[in-house]
Amino acid sequence: MTAALVRTLGDFDLAEELVQEALLEAIEHWPREGIPEKPGAWLLTTARRKALDQLRRQARYRDKLAQLEGAANLMRDDTAEGDDRLRLIFICCHPALSREAQLALTLRAVAGMTTAEIARAFITSEATIAQRIVRAKRKIVEANIPYRVPAEADMGERLDEVLAVLYLMFNEGYLATGGERASRRDLAEDAAWLAGLMVRLMPEEPEALGLLALMRLHLARADTRFDDAGNLILLQEQDRSRWDQERVASAMVLLQRAASLRRTGPYQIQAAIAACHAEARTWAQTDWRQIIALYDALIELSPSAVVQLNRAIARRYLEGAEVALSDVEALAEALDGYYLFHATRAELLRDLARESEARQAIARALELTANPAERALLQRRLGN
Amino acid sequence: MKYVLLFGETKERAKQWEAMPAAQREAAYGPINAWFGKYSSKITGGFELQPERTATTVKFTNGKPVVTDGPFIEGKESIGGYAEVTVADLDEAIEMAKGWPTGGTVEVRPVVDRGEPQR
Repeated sequence: MTAALVRTLGDFDLAEELVQEALLEAIEHWPREGIPEKPGAWLLTTARRKALDQLRRQARYRDKLAQLEGAANLMRDDTAEGDDRLRLIFICCHPALSREAQLALTLRAVAGMTTAEIARAFITSEATIAQRIVRAKRKIVEANIPYRVPAEADMGERLDEVLAVLYLMFNEGYLATGGERASRRDLAEDAAWLAGLMVRLMPEEPEALGLLALMRLHLARADTRFDDAGNLILLQEQDRSRWDQERVASAMVLLQRAASLRRTGPYQIQAAIAACHAEARTWAQTDWRQIIALYDALIELSPSAVVQLNRAIARRYLEGAEVALSDVEALAEALDGYYLFHATRAELLRDLARESEARQAIARALELTANPAERALLQRRLGN
Repeated sequence: MKYVLLFGETKERAKQWEAMPAAQREAAYGPINAWFGKYSSKITGGFELQPERTATTVKFTNGKPVVTDGPFIEGKESIGGYAEVTVADLDEAIEMAKGWPTGGTVEVRPVVDRGEPQR
């Protein structure tokens, strides 16, 4: 009977479920109404009726899925309408979906990655990713999330959401280290590809340009961030001759285009900070004054304790450890759970020859990070 | 498509609301009435609920109904009211929720569609 239904429905799980439901109905009806003449036929008819109900209810669901899958296929065809791609990106990054679901769905439907590839990139199981995608698709259908480019009034907010998803995706890949590095670097490249797609589709959006520029500036020096043993190399010690100048130049063009649109934003400012580093031929030539001014602008736009911490680090190189430390101490409450706060504090304390406090701070930082390359770096410092 | 907007209300807010002098409460209803007016063509039902302290819960334990005082979810927030809305899609329902004038929390839930003709 299940097999007969599978032929109609093309879905084994659903068929089984319907047979179960038909049996339940039989248990209810037969004692009251007596066992029908042909119980098998009765069951099959009941199950078929339920199947039709289901199909009718799911018709919308499947249409929606077909739309999603269809759009994903179009992605592989460069002649496809840009609008379709945009609709797809916006539905994948809809704020009604969880961040994890947005990431997985965007990689699957827009970047065309397999669930196995996504699972590797996020160091999780394929089943977890598959489930996230299924749940997200189900919510899209059941809550009727519209498949369209947002209206003008909502565009700013919705675009922020898309860019935030791409930024998070990039960081997942870029900040990854150690054994997982290779596959996760690809994730950063994928995020940059998606940001490039956004720029092509919405060329007048300065923050999309800014985000792409930021990603390219980071990727330009990605190869110099680790030594052969997978140890982290700090910006200060990186081999600048190996930075990818072509990528830096392309990022600069993007940033200029963004600036010409005269709507500044956090990604453009972060990219400008990264550009200051990229343009300094040596660590000593870094324009800290400009960097601090950019951090001030960033804090004004989107105040955050992490940005304040970065600003304090910049002040260390311009005005010394004492000034920087007092800035850092002011963030103690907000950033107590952030390993970089303690690692930075340790550095500054060490500069000021307050060794035992520095060691305590390093120990606290070690408690707070699981990242193997970060841990190795901290442990090297403890050893000194 | 139908959705229900569930309006969350904190205990503090409910208390403040109750403590308001009548005239002030009247005035506070202004923006709420304006919201209902603005969306009157889309709102197909709903009620403001009496405060949480009026709630009674019937809970089935081993199939046996047990009646207790209080709401069925104890928490910082409870449901202060709901509106049933008929709109094109989730974005439209979210837009309505974003315009809700009293602040707090609004949960947007699609209703189960049994394929019945819509009002």
